[in-house]
Amino acid sequence: MAESDTDKNAPLLDVRDLHVSVGETDILKGIDLTVSVGEVHAIMGPNGSGKSTLASVLAGRPEFTVTHGKVLYGGQNLLAMLPEERAREGIFLAFQYPVELAGVRTWQFLRASVDAVRRHRGLKELSIREFDKLLDEKREVVKIDPEMLKRSVNEGFSGGEKKRNEVLQMAMLDPTLAVLDETDSGLDIDALKIVAEGVDRFRSPSKAIILVTHYQRILNYISPDRVHVLMDGRIVRSGDRELALELEKKGYDWIRESVAA
Amino acid sequence: MTEQRVISRKTGVEDTDYKWGFELDIESDIAPRGLNEDIVRLISAKKREPEWMLEWRLKAYRHWLKLGSEEPKWANVKFPPIDYQDMIYYAAPRSQADGPKSLDEIDPEILEGFNKLGIPLEEQKKLSGVAVDAVLDSVSVATTYQEMLKKVGVIFCSMSEAVKNHPELVQKYIGSVVPYSDNFYATLNSAVFSDGSFCYVPPGVRCPIELMTYFRINEMDTGQFERTLIIADKGSYVSYLEGCTAPMRKTHQLHAAVVELVALDDAEIKYSTLQNWYPGDKDGNGGVYNFVTKRGKAQGRGSKISWTQVETGSAITWKYPSVILQGDDSVGEFYSVALVNNHQQADTGTKMTHIGKNTRSTIIAKGISAGKANNTYRGQVKIMPTANGARNFTQCDSLLIGDECGAHTVPYIEVRNPTAQLEHEATTSKVSDDQLFYLQQRGLSLEESNYMIINGFCRGIFKELPFEFAAEASQLMRVSLEGTVG
Repeated sequence: MAESDTDKNAPLLDVRDLHVSVGETDILKGIDLTVSVGEVHAIMGPNGSGKSTLASVLAGRPEFTVTHGKVLYGGQNLLAMLPEERAREGIFLAFQYPVELAGVRTWQFLRASVDAVRRHRGLKELSIREFDKLLDEKREVVKIDPEMLKRSVNEGFSGGEKKRNEVLQMAMLDPTLAVLDETDSGLDIDALKIVAEGVDRFRSPSKAIILVTHYQRILNYISPDRVHVLMDGRIVRSGDRELALELEKKGYDWIRESVAA
Repeated sequence: MTEQRVISRKTGVEDTDYKWGFELDIESDIAPRGLNEDIVRLISAKKREPEWMLEWRLKAYRHWLKLGSEEPKWANVKFPPIDYQDMIYYAAPRSQADGPKSLDEIDPEILEGFNKLGIPLEEQKKLSGVAVDAVLDSVSVATTYQEMLKKVGVIFCSMSEAVKNHPELVQKYIGSVVPYSDNFYATLNSAVFSDGSFCYVPPGVRCPIELMTYFRINEMDTGQFERTLIIADKGSYVSYLEGCTAPMRKTHQLHAAVVELVALDDAEIKYSTLQNWYPGDKDGNGGVYNFVTKRGKAQGRGSKISWTQVETGSAITWKYPSVILQGDDSVGEFYSVALVNNHQQADTGTKMTHIGKNTRSTIIAKGISAGKANNTYRGQVKIMPTANGARNFTQCDSLLIGDECGAHTVPYIEVRNPTAQLEHEATTSKVSDDQLFYLQQRGLSLEESNYMIINGFCRGIFKELPFEFAAEASQLMRVSLEGTVG
């Protein structure tokens, strides 16, 4: 993102009254969300509440239609940008279900992505040596074996390997806003630690993270500044770290009842 | 990333999709239109061939007459009747009338033309590690690295020279794999073949560099009928590459080549093709009819013949590089990527005929269809009663881009020995929206994303190509699909 044309005090991401549908079905029904650099926001909620839709819409997944509202990213109209433009401008989505690319070697995929993003940011292309050095450094954190980089993207990877590979991509692309869509789901405790460590390292005063999660356990490793509870397409409650802990204790029904009341 | 360009894309011709479409302004010696015995005699005389060669041509011609207009009709391709009497069967750059000369004597326009194609022929500029036989219309204009090859005993020259200088080898092997009576187009080729490459690798010699023939059609309304013969003697190895382009013409041009390979005991021939003849325009006007017969005979025990082809050009491709697995323990391989776009049609595949014991064949065919194009894989695996313990593995994958194109798979299997083992796998897929979005989310444009997926689809084939050809092949796919994806 270009620093010059951005108001220093403006939030990095400003979502206003966002309504989204797929086909005839309304999924998001008026989301307001403001995220500033340096912050970590957790979006929690039961299955089917619209968490993943929100993450996908921010990244520009084409099958969703925004029916109302707006999203500003660094002051720009995010919704007018192509998915690849958003990526190059620093939005990264860690996929809930990383996609397999038969025959595309992971190394080559990472290199092409890093090149595309660096080119857009006016940085010089990394030489193979520089690229490999950076890659070595980043993959150590998420404990990815160099052999894995020779394999086709996500093909034959275990669930944990796929999620670690997402975090590796994030580290390599160095985004400004990272949106992690249930990156913690389906991981055992060791894998969760590795992934959480990777995400925590990424945390910085110049970056923001949106953690979409069903469970609060990842928040034990990455402490959020704000926690939002999404239900039936609306943010029904926002709070700090305590809200997540309370949710874990009392379950989503507690919120549902208190919202209804 | 390699910077090597075997077939350069930078020809200076702007605003066209086919960047090899320039025409050379050279004077040519052109035979009158049409085909008759006099034309066959004229071609033979032009080449100062011995009597036996002329006799063989005439036998083929007389056989061809008997075939009438019996072109093979079984392929899944459509085209209007070809008027064989309206075609020109011989065209040679005037300055080359006497066959390849020393480089100083080659018309600078021709040298420049090959330079533009990325095939420099001059001594100081020639491609490193690749010996090139450059064929323009009906004749070979130059062959590089001949001295170096001579030192190790490898003969690599134009077919015309081979007929003159190595008649015993040519006479022994020509027609031994593809007889003149094989099929309509092969018969036609046998009568009027103009030039092509000849290669002989002596026993125990591993050819130290890649050999390459670059075919170029320049003249209008000429057919190109080259004939290639490669013989790998006992225990030898050779890797051979073939590239082809043609100017853009509004009319169709016929290319009916024959390639014969012979591998003796423990010999190996690796034959790679990048076929990029002019495919015609977006509406299907013009383009080359590529009707080619390619066959190898794994004659000796433990011999191996491997075909790798990347077919992106031509209006119509009709081509089945095959292997006769005659020697015990011999191996046949076929790796193919066929890409069709706009109105192109391809009916291509292979034939593996198992005769020897414990013979093994592998077929991996990838078809990509875009635009309104039709792509057919046609393959035959034949296990003869003598082929105890024969094995075949076949895999055919089709990738569709858009919803107006077609992919067809037609496998024929004939097993006459109960000990044979055959496997056949086939898939058809489309580039998925999920894959595209994933790549776009990583900063790649829609177009880049498509190429990455398509390249991944072809990876198994590209890795069979010699290194410098692999990068070229992937570039070629991109150029061929320009404007279709993204």
